[in-house]
This record gives sequence, C-alpha cells and structure tokens, in this order.
Amino acid sequence: MKQVHVDVAVIGGGPAGLAASLAARKEGAERVLIIERNTELGGILQQCIHHGFGLHRFKEELTGPEYAQRFIDFIKETDIEVMLETMVLEVTPERKIYAVNSESGMLEIHAKSIVLAMGCRERTRGALRIPGGRPAGVYSAGTAQRYVNIDGYVPGKKAVILGSGDIGLIMARRFTLEGAKVEAVVEVLPYAAGLTRNVVQCLEDYDIPLYLQSTVIEIHGNKRIEAVTIAQVDEKWNPIPGTERKIECDTLLLSVGLVPENELSSQAGVAIDPITNGPLVDDAMMTNLPGIFACGNVLHVHDLVDNVSKESERAGMYAGRYALGKSSEKARRIKVQAGENIRYVVPHEVSSEEPVEFFMRVQRPQDDVALDVGGLRRIRKTSVRPSEMLDVKITPEQLQSLEGDTLVIQIVEQ
Amino acid sequence: MLKHITCTVCPMSCNVELTLGEDNEILSLTGNKCARGKAYATSEHLHPERTLTSIVKAKGGMHPVLPVRTNKPIPKDKLKEGMQVVSKVEAQAPIKMGDVIVADFLGLGVDLVATRDL
Repeated sequence: MKQVHVDVAVIGGGPAGLAASLAARKEGAERVLIIERNTELGGILQQCIHHGFGLHRFKEELTGPEYAQRFIDFIKETDIEVMLETMVLEVTPERKIYAVNSESGMLEIHAKSIVLAMGCRERTRGALRIPGGRPAGVYSAGTAQRYVNIDGYVPGKKAVILGSGDIGLIMARRFTLEGAKVEAVVEVLPYAAGLTRNVVQCLEDYDIPLYLQSTVIEIHGNKRIEAVTIAQVDEKWNPIPGTERKIECDTLLLSVGLVPENELSSQAGVAIDPITNGPLVDDAMMTNLPGIFACGNVLHVHDLVDNVSKESERAGMYAGRYALGKSSEKARRIKVQAGENIRYVVPHEVSSEEPVEFFMRVQRPQDDVALDVGGLRRIRKTSVRPSEMLDVKITPEQLQSLEGDTLVIQIVEQ
Repeated sequence: MLKHITCTVCPMSCNVELTLGEDNEILSLTGNKCARGKAYATSEHLHPERTLTSIVKAKGGMHPVLPVRTNKPIPKDKLKEGMQVVSKVEAQAPIKMGDVIVADFLGLGVDLVATRDL
C-alpha cells in the first residue's frame, strides 16, 4: 500500500476544506494535503450558480462558482497538494487515513492532524415517509440543481417543491427560468424555512404559490410521478382531513433539510452532538480525538458560506498549530450551554485563553430581543430567525470574568 | 392604490406599504422600521433590478455547460428576454472566470460573463 506522510490532511475540497488548508499552510504546516472525491475542487458551490455569496468575505455578491474559484486560485498559489477523485474509506483515532483512487490504488496517509470537512448531504424521501409508489421524478433539490447547472438538463416540466429551504426556493426560480412550471412550494412550518430574500426573489418575482402549514401526503404515478396530494397540517404536523388537493406534476423536488455527513467521523470514534448531527468541538474546533478537527457543514449546517470560511480558517489554523506541536493543554475548560430559545451553539466547550466566535441558531422566530452570552455580553437583535445563524465574538478577558465553568447563551426579552 | 413590498435588507422582513398616486408615484410609505427599508422599497417600486444567473452551452470543457451572470443587475422585466438569449449562446473552452460571453447584453450596457474557469 502506498504510504503518504503529511502534516495536515484535509478531508473534503469544498469551501470548508479550501479555507482550512490555506489557514493550516499559513500557520506554518509544511505538507498540507486536500483529499477530494469529486473531479474538481469547490464542492457544492460549483452548482450554486446563483449570486449572494461572499458579501461579508469579499464585500461583493458573488455566485457560488466565483466564490469557489477565488479560493481555488489562492490554493494554486501555494504548494498545498490536492488529490482529486480520491475516496476516503476510513479515519483512525491515530490519525491514519485509508483512501483509494484509480491512480495509486489504496493509500495509507499518516497525518499529524486531520481536518474533517466532508460537508453534508440532503435529507431524502425515505426520511419523510411519504406514502405512495416509487415512481421516477422524485429528486432532492440539490440533485436537480446538479442536473440543471452542471450537467445541463432540466429533469421535468411541471414541478412541485416540498420544503421551503433555500435550495428549494432557488430551484423554484431555476426551473422557472429554464421554462418549466413550478406549481407550488409546500412548507410544513407556518413560515418559510429559507431566507426572506429568496422568498421574494425566487417565488414572489415569478408568482409561485407558497403553501404554509401544508405537506405532501401522497405521491401518485407508477413509472413516472403524475401528481401529488397536498394537505394542510395541524400544529402536530398531522394532515387535516378535508383539506386535500391533488396537483398534477412530473417532478417533485425535496428541500427538506441537510444532514452533516459524519460516517467517517463516527467510525473513528468522534463524539457527535445529537442536535447538530456534527462533532462536539472545543474553541480550537478540535473534536474529542486529539489532532482531529472539524469545520463547515460537517460540523453544523450553515446558511452563509462566508461563515464556513471563517470557521474553517480557525480549524485549519489550530490543525496547523497541532501538527507543529505548538498546541498546549488548556488550564480551564468552560462548557457552553444552549439556553432559552437557542437550539445549539458551536463550539461546545471553550478555554479562557483564546478569543472565540460562537455560532448558534434559535429554535423559533422572535423580534426585539437580545442575545445574552453568559452575562458577559448582550447584543440587541431586532429579529432572530431559525433560518439565520447568529454569531458573536468573545474575548479572553470577557471569558476570564466568568464565574463557574458553564457559559449559558440565551435569548432574553428586551 | 396600495402596494406591499417585503423588505429584504435584514431578517426583520418589514412589510412596507406604499400608497401610490395616479402616475405610480409614491405618496406615502409606511411599515418600514428603518431608513434602509425606505430606500429599498422606493427603488424596488421604481426600478426593480435583478442579477441574472444561468448557464450557457459549452464546448471543449470538463462540463457541458458554463455558469454565467450579468455583471450588473438588469431590470426585472428583462429577465425572460435575457433567458431567451442565454439559451442560444454557446461558449468554447478554455474559458476564464470573468470572460465576457455576451457583450452589451440585450443592449442594456451590461455584459454576460463566465463565473468559473472551464
């Protein structure tokens, strides 16, 4: 088996892996390797051809491919190694990576530190338990996005979209622009799951109806999907009898959530947060396994790639530092706890020696509130939404003034 | 006449209500909680613009299509016409991000540019 020795191995060449590898190299790690299973770098950004990326990072609105291209161009200016079309099969707690590609066959990669940057995958029809047959024409929204934007064909003429997440909204516009008819977007929640901007620019601009508190209760068709039945739901998401309506369609797109892809992490023994479905990490973005770090959508699902880049640079920097033997035991560990109307917070544990940036999501929408960080900092928020991730920076000085070893982050009334 | 515009500047998503006169001019504007909402709703009413992003056919590259965009927003009511032009364009690899694929798109003074290398 071919043996490879590196300082930092980054698994995944999407936005997280790109930013992490650059940061690790900048920190001084000499051999940095990106392992990517696709034929090119950039990850899912390559199929997100719409614009709206990079407003924080580059102070301009870029498309997904443009955002990716900038990072790919940065990588090209360095000696960071890239292995494309290479599939990682296993990661061990001793930081060995078993991978395979058609050029070298099996590879055993010995890394001083590892960054997990595998991203997430889409929740599928199977997770929803929609009754009906198994006809063709039911796609996850991201799969349809790939067909349209990378492979160049539109997989249907008359679509219904279940779920109003951003990918579903974006695909409603893409299908419409490409000449297909989007009959409806159906959302189980009482509000749109995606960004308001996408509701306006992807649905309202094209008069596409959005049905809230509704869901698809049956898929009709044998070989190809012919129609769906939608119905309104009660607070417990049970269909309300008498509200059923049949909509003819040849395509059903599912935009019903993303799940971090942590098979490799779990197999290695990385502890997973049941809320985020991603690893538990400390303020260095390190998992419970020493020298194994995580960032981007494998850690928790983001809505802005700018945040992915920022978080991943942090992971990459600490991974680089770890590989150089420069990381030190932390004297004090502070547990981070999600309080009132906070669904989760990343990182899960911090020291009081480094500045830290917390990323979190609320459980439900609220207006005119404040985000309270363990009494150390309070930030006014005109509105908070589950679809919009919050972030807050805390200094070591602020952390040192904390009493006890638990930091509660919560939403409080103004 | 009344018109509603949802502000997209921040997550607050204010529902801005515009009272319009005979010539579509704005007589009054309410519901916005800040000045940015007023500016947004005003421009969204008077000259709504969008950036068009799509794909064009491509020959000789690793993918059969190339993602493109208008390098500036165009009037919203030109999107459909824009797509008709986009569907007929064919690009030839090698292409660099930023290469002009259609100059002076629809005669609007904006260019349709490539958004990746291919």
